[in-house]
Amino acid sequence: MPFIPHTAADVQHMLHTIGADSIDALFDEIPESLRIQGLEGIPPGLSEMEIGRLMSERASLDGRPLSFLGAGAYEHHIPSAVWAITTRGEFYSAYTPYQAEASQGTLQLIHEYQTMITSLTGMEVSNASLYDGGSAVAEAALMAVRAHRRSRSLRLLIPSTVNPSYRRVVQSTAGNQGVRFETVPYLRESGCIDPVALEGYAGEDITALVIQQPNFFGQLEDVDRLTDWAHAQGMLVIAVVNPTSLAVLKPPGEWGAKGADICVGEGQPLGVPLSSGGPYFGFMTTRMEYVRSMPGRIVGRTVDLEGRPGYTLTLQAREQHIRRGKATSNICTNQGLLMTAATIYMTLVGPAGLARVAESCMARTAELVSTLGQIKGVRVAFAGSRFHEAVVLLDRPAAAVLRQLEAQGILGGVDLASDYPELGPALLVCATETKTTADLQRFVDSLRRALEAA
Amino acid sequence: MNQTLEKSIFEYSQPGRGAFAQHPPVADGAAVLDTLPPALRRRTPPRLPEVSELDAVRHFTRLSQLNFSIDTNFYPLGSCTMKYNPKACNQYAMLPEFLARHPLAPDTQGQGFLSCMFELQEMLKEVTGMKAVSLNPMAGAHGEFAGVAMIRAYHRARGDLARNEIIVPEAAHGTNPATATMCGCVVKEIPVDAQGDVDLEALAKAVGPNTAGIMLTNPSTLGVFERKIEAVAKLVHGAGGLLYYDGANLNAILGKVRPGDMGFDVIHMNLHKTFSTPHGGGGPGAGAVGVSARLEPFLPVPVVGREGEGYRWLSEADRPQSIGRLSAFMGNAGVLLRAYVYMRMLGREGMSRVGEYATLNANYLMARLRTAGFDLAYPTRRASHEFIITMKRQARELNVTAMDVAKRLLDYGFHAPTTYFPLLVPECLLIEPTETESRETLDAFVESMVAILGEAQTDAARLKGAPYTMPVRRLDDVRAAKQLELTWKPVNSAA
Repeated sequence: MPFIPHTAADVQHMLHTIGADSIDALFDEIPESLRIQGLEGIPPGLSEMEIGRLMSERASLDGRPLSFLGAGAYEHHIPSAVWAITTRGEFYSAYTPYQAEASQGTLQLIHEYQTMITSLTGMEVSNASLYDGGSAVAEAALMAVRAHRRSRSLRLLIPSTVNPSYRRVVQSTAGNQGVRFETVPYLRESGCIDPVALEGYAGEDITALVIQQPNFFGQLEDVDRLTDWAHAQGMLVIAVVNPTSLAVLKPPGEWGAKGADICVGEGQPLGVPLSSGGPYFGFMTTRMEYVRSMPGRIVGRTVDLEGRPGYTLTLQAREQHIRRGKATSNICTNQGLLMTAATIYMTLVGPAGLARVAESCMARTAELVSTLGQIKGVRVAFAGSRFHEAVVLLDRPAAAVLRQLEAQGILGGVDLASDYPELGPALLVCATETKTTADLQRFVDSLRRALEAA
Repeated sequence: MNQTLEKSIFEYSQPGRGAFAQHPPVADGAAVLDTLPPALRRRTPPRLPEVSELDAVRHFTRLSQLNFSIDTNFYPLGSCTMKYNPKACNQYAMLPEFLARHPLAPDTQGQGFLSCMFELQEMLKEVTGMKAVSLNPMAGAHGEFAGVAMIRAYHRARGDLARNEIIVPEAAHGTNPATATMCGCVVKEIPVDAQGDVDLEALAKAVGPNTAGIMLTNPSTLGVFERKIEAVAKLVHGAGGLLYYDGANLNAILGKVRPGDMGFDVIHMNLHKTFSTPHGGGGPGAGAVGVSARLEPFLPVPVVGREGEGYRWLSEADRPQSIGRLSAFMGNAGVLLRAYVYMRMLGREGMSRVGEYATLNANYLMARLRTAGFDLAYPTRRASHEFIITMKRQARELNVTAMDVAKRLLDYGFHAPTTYFPLLVPECLLIEPTETESRETLDAFVESMVAILGEAQTDAARLKGAPYTMPVRRLDDVRAAKQLELTWKPVNSAA
């Protein structure tokens, strides 16, 4: 009984107080036919020493390759203080701050997070987090349908430059409510949304246009023009952004003449480890006028009986525990601990540090792309400005090249064959501030050898 | 608990200050910004704090000290299973190789992680009696969404297109009806009888050719086992509907009864409750789903498969009928690792005792509070892992509400139970002690409740004004909602 404190004497005393003969008697309301006698399929228990050994063995099987993978999850330096504080029991083992007076730490931290993320995105209000970037886009799509005052079409435009994985999550999440998504193609020269194809939707009843910046290929979209066009058509604009990039790129609140309406994204780059895909957190910010359409927890500052400042969950009439079937979303538990880590991360790097990280990522990727482009058999797919990712085209199937690189301890990019077959053999590569010039050189040399070998 | 209010991090900020050890080494990037078209660039920096590393560490450490948590206080929050989160689960899920692994790294660079996930799937099948499991959903409500989406997909695949009604007992968690709506279904609520069981007559009237399924928690949110579960299953299945099990209360029956054996077709498990992964101040959770054989093709992807001695993610190509992807990658992987460590540490013996001791603690606490003069919502029933007391009598006679008791408990060093849920029991407190609390802790809680009841009789105003020992007194929620202050602003700012 690793974590149960009861002695035999405790059990006897407690059963006596209850007036039951045995613990088993406490289950006498359950039909006998349903009761089971044990869980033979579960292995015997392990001591902490044994599980420690087992997990270390498992971890060692995963290796530590040199990775140039991105595509929505990015390797960044995480300050030691971030997780040292985040895993303090008072944050780690508390729950949703329903009892505000006993949860001021979590509540104030969420309020500080809301302040930072709204400023970073240039919007007015934020919630306390969603599950991840993909589900945040899905919630944004549903929110746009609720928030739009006139559009009844349930049609949204999602360009093919939006992360394909996000598009799949949006389809599985919002498709059930009859929301339909139409894909807008990209231009082969720039890797950006095709404006002519987009113009084809002019005059139609469409609820929202989704714009990812930087887009899935790492290219920078002409966000001002796209935003103004969508607004002129009566559409809302949903921005999907990388938070690191916003230290140097124009925030969605300033896109075009009026700014984007809803902004979402993957919060992982802000101090959250890659960890095989989660837990991460999705962020969502919007304008004040749409705050009542927003899903998730929101914290407000108020005063107590004595007039002292304090924090509390607010606007709860939107939420499932009050509104039940009419709530803005079914979300309850979100990703509080990751939002906590991100808040500490943003505090530690500050505005100058985050800009340094962003610049460093851009510089590393620019360096990588220019060197890769000089290898025979490699071509950079798109011209134009980019952030910290790029598509490179190969002269042979990418999967085989990736296997050769993997044999040398390098994860050389994400194979785009299944999502973008029209590109031919193509890799999405990423270099962040964690990569040294020697790392880049190792990748370049290995790729050159791989392409020369065959 | 620290009772001193902590100022905002923005009040520590000074231009030019920073935690410079955290900046990347070389400013080789500034030049690259010149390659950006001016229209795409940020003009003013974001308002992030400019503080030293010590400022940040001290501020956030102080904030943490303004919280109640499992590590510091008894936290009998009903329906949330606030049991001890073993430190080993965190440490071994955060081994450097696990943290560094990119979600799109090939399966060959993740056999250690994948083997844990595969074994976790197998163990969850065993404890629930389901045929197959997907670990993808990232919280209970997310698992509910997956479950109802699978029910819809199942009916559609059979050409049974009219089935769009989800039946929900009135005591259900708010997430159940909200989920049904999110899946494009119509919600039909049915009553429960005076003993807390589903009203079978009402159910018989509610089911029909439009029934997609029923969502049930068992033990129910009323803290009692749904005794007519077999009859419920027969009625719903007979009408062509499916049974959804909300695993919020799985802790009560772990090792004693399995949802699969009760006739459920699809379930979600809150790994952050039953399998002790941290609640994190509001997540991350994990809402793995389990299904019977007929629903397996519809499970959300990815799922871990085994091939020979190796493991790999099964995706859309392997599962063409899947309801699809619910997360950008593969769910809350790190949370799943914690649940894996927990289950391996407990093992088969430990797992069987969870339900037993959670139930023992709840029944003991219930018996003692009843003797102490509190009214039980269902006095003729056994408690499951939780139970409800109602302050209806005290509200009428003494003008003391469940909220007053909850707030006063904070002064006695206990987190409050869940208040005003389920909605159908007036002035209720839903109390869940969990199996990891000692008899002494439960006794101390009872003593505090007795003291509070005494105060209610002699000095009700004392309760009305509680809490007194927290960093703040009761907060003005109406003002919070009317004068929205959702971001920090300097005091002298006009905004």
